[in-house]
Amino acid sequence: MPMPAEGLIPNASGLATSKMLNYLGIDKLEDLFSDVPSPILMNEPAEIGRPLTQSEVEALYSEKLEKNVSVKLSFMGGGMADHYVPPLVDEIATNQEFYSSYTPYQPEISQGILQTLFEYQSLMAELLGMDVVNASLYDYASALGEAGRFSVRITKRKKILLATTIHPERKAVLKTYMEPLDVQIVEIDREASGEISLDELSAKMDEDVGMVYLETPNFFGVVERKIEDVADMVHSKGALLVVGTDPLLAGIVKPPGELGADVVIGEGQHLGGYMSYGGPSLGIFAVKRSFRHIRQLPGRLIGMTKTVDGKYRGYTMVLQTREQHIRQEEATSNITTNSSLMAVRAAIYLALLGPDGIKSVAEKILYNTEYLKRKLGDLPCFSVLFEDSLHFKEIPVMSEVSWSEVNSWLLRNGILGAFQVSRLFPDVDPTGKLGLLSTTEKHRLADLDIFLGLMREVCS
Amino acid sequence: MNRRYVQAKWQLSEGVLEPTVFELGEIGKGGVVVARVEDELRREVGELDDLIPRDLQRGAIGLPGLTEPEVARHYNHLAQMNYGVDSGPYWLGSCTMKYTPKVAMKLESHPSLRNAHPYAPEETVQGILEVLYELQEMLSSITGLPKFTLQPAAGAHGELVGALIIRKRFLDLGERRDEILIPESAHGSNFASAAMAGFKVVRIPPSEEGTVDMGALKAAISERTAGMMITNPNTLGIFESDILEIADLLHSNGSYLYYDGANLNAIMGWVRLSDMGVDLAHLNIHKTFSAPHGGGGPGAGAVGVIEELADYLPVPVIVREGDTYRLDYDLPKSIGRVRMFHGNIGVLMKAWGYLKLLGSEGVRLSSGIAVLNANYARKRLMDMGFEVPYGKDRPCKHEFVISLSRFRREYGVRALDFAKALMDRGVHPPTMYFPLIVQEAFMMEPTESDSLEELDAYVDAMGELADLAKSDPEELLSAPKNTAIGRIDDSFANKRLWLSWKVYKEREGS
Repeated sequence: MPMPAEGLIPNASGLATSKMLNYLGIDKLEDLFSDVPSPILMNEPAEIGRPLTQSEVEALYSEKLEKNVSVKLSFMGGGMADHYVPPLVDEIATNQEFYSSYTPYQPEISQGILQTLFEYQSLMAELLGMDVVNASLYDYASALGEAGRFSVRITKRKKILLATTIHPERKAVLKTYMEPLDVQIVEIDREASGEISLDELSAKMDEDVGMVYLETPNFFGVVERKIEDVADMVHSKGALLVVGTDPLLAGIVKPPGELGADVVIGEGQHLGGYMSYGGPSLGIFAVKRSFRHIRQLPGRLIGMTKTVDGKYRGYTMVLQTREQHIRQEEATSNITTNSSLMAVRAAIYLALLGPDGIKSVAEKILYNTEYLKRKLGDLPCFSVLFEDSLHFKEIPVMSEVSWSEVNSWLLRNGILGAFQVSRLFPDVDPTGKLGLLSTTEKHRLADLDIFLGLMREVCS
Repeated sequence: MNRRYVQAKWQLSEGVLEPTVFELGEIGKGGVVVARVEDELRREVGELDDLIPRDLQRGAIGLPGLTEPEVARHYNHLAQMNYGVDSGPYWLGSCTMKYTPKVAMKLESHPSLRNAHPYAPEETVQGILEVLYELQEMLSSITGLPKFTLQPAAGAHGELVGALIIRKRFLDLGERRDEILIPESAHGSNFASAAMAGFKVVRIPPSEEGTVDMGALKAAISERTAGMMITNPNTLGIFESDILEIADLLHSNGSYLYYDGANLNAIMGWVRLSDMGVDLAHLNIHKTFSAPHGGGGPGAGAVGVIEELADYLPVPVIVREGDTYRLDYDLPKSIGRVRMFHGNIGVLMKAWGYLKLLGSEGVRLSSGIAVLNANYARKRLMDMGFEVPYGKDRPCKHEFVISLSRFRREYGVRALDFAKALMDRGVHPPTMYFPLIVQEAFMMEPTESDSLEELDAYVDAMGELADLAKSDPEELLSAPKNTAIGRIDDSFANKRLWLSWKVYKEREGS
């Protein structure tokens, strides 16, 4: 009986194989490996188990995934949340022409993906109030790593100021990316509101600083309301302001690009992507229309152009001389494979929702956040951190009852509860009382009330 | 055989194929509302002005407003003007454009994966962790490298992890080693990754056979050498037969051997990386292990290491304790994090499915047939008179490089022109002008997914173009004709830098 693998390999059939071996004047596949030193040439395959049929693969996979605990609703925060994915996004992104192609090195046969990525760049630029967005990086955190290196290249300065309120994992990634450059990273404390302290920024801002970075919303879900003041302070010393954001916030709050940010980064997985245990993700990287900045961008860029005969509008990759395949160790980044299909998903999402749909999703998240915040704050055993500030999507909640008890209770009722911050980041919350909840457009008012009912029972 | 291909072409207005979304809908108004604030919720919470000060509220959003059918047709038109692996042969050298089994494709859409939060308690995601752990085990068996991280998002990301591990290791040992050796024919990302990790790159020129020049290597190794990055087979598709001596030279100098897994599809199940003396390596999940390339990504770049370097992997690592799996964050020597969360999980699941489907024998068979296909195509091309500048007297591995410089010299037809004319013949062109040590290079990688008929059709198309280059060079110089659009003006694109619709509108208006 043939192995399942043979159903995937057209020339594995005896007839084709022998025809080809015959043409090459050899007897067996092994003869093609005669250039491998015999001590290291394997006589037997590497052991990974017997081949399974398609139906067995699916059954085994389902059997394993059934060991997961499924939930009806997720309220867990911490930088990822359960968003609604319109079915059209799945429908289009599963066109093999999109998902099975590679980087469009040959533009004439790849206009489809090129135009779609150009539209991603353009739609994202509009949403963020920026001019130029690259064709994607891996994720939000690696985009921050690239932003750090970008800032050092542009300003030639080796100090970075960082709001202390950013996501700890992004802080860690930035450190990894900056370590070889010997850059000093200094943190800026927060005010009582949870927002960046302007006094401390002003005190620490000097002409060695190349980049100032803050996030809105930050790790605690707090929206920064004084970005314009920050921008003035940063620009007066000749540094770059990099703002990390949730692109959905821009549906309801003035985008970083209109508030003075030089670079905007963020996570695009929220736009038409699933949580999928954290990835695949979509790193957003946006700049203003400065040729000095554009020339230093990491990653691929798609540009609109014309055909050689001048008759048609077309698309192609531009400024490839920044990239590793041409510039090698002088490249702006080593990135090659990026996150294009996630950018395709984000493009479809933004094109489908349009201005009204995006605003509506953002507004729903904002209202859900505010509703949960107020109702949770009213409960005797919970209090909301930075309660009087503006929160978006993430709600930091201090609990008098241990979070593991609260979360088990919620889980028994089909709900994924808070992310207990001390579990992974004891430095951020030594008390163990802080949990991050999130809410998205997927939560109807009725869902919020079910959740609040359970939380109320915790306190009684 | 004279295969022809005519790509779909949507032309909806003068000089424009498919308009952009910005031209299809009214700007700043409309769109599909997929979620909204309930009236009761609004009554409860109050007006927007009470929540966000007016001057901080978003004004008009410059997105177009369309309906769902319009968006569906627009992106389907665009999809039809693209070419994928399921369309036909895609011999993009070093990219391993193999077919993704649809059962592997399907695994990412399991609701229990899609709805899994990355910070969900480990006891609620045991199924996911088990699948990932099994994938690590299978990758270990194939490579002989005992410890893996699945976090890196792509091959180059894995290279950065590898280079940072080497850097951290020597910092811990208190040795100042700041050089990485890289063969001149290596993938460009190797140079860039080493530089990002703070290393000085030392280039090793090729020998006359196209392999690592052992004399040059010996001369380059010093007490400053931290390691060497190598891909084997190399980018010419030639197996570095001196690999054991190369590894010995490095190891006896206290340096590490890094393996760039981009070309692993040549030797999977035939040679273990550990047997070649490799200390650490990245594997391209989207090349060798059949996850699709997504129009450029996302991929995944698993990194495997020897025990000595296991403590340096990025955190967390997935460990097994009896029948349970957990994430271990406690690696004091770790290089730290290189991304959020745990990796491109949806991509990794496909590799698990692919390997389960293949089994031990299937993995070896895949590489065996990939190599057979490449040798068959190479010999047919050589028999037609195409020039193979390096290694023509020995078998190639999964890919090979031909030079078309004769056609440029004699008829003024470049590799680029061959590439454009190939598209009219229904195949995706090979990687061009790489490696740099070959003039007018075509780097061709058929993979195991092509049938004998497809191989013959590709080779026949090359033969037809070789004849035309002599008899009717204009046919090549003016190609392509059957793709959605004719030859694209790259230099115009680089001059204008219309990088977004906004930029285009403003520049065009000025």
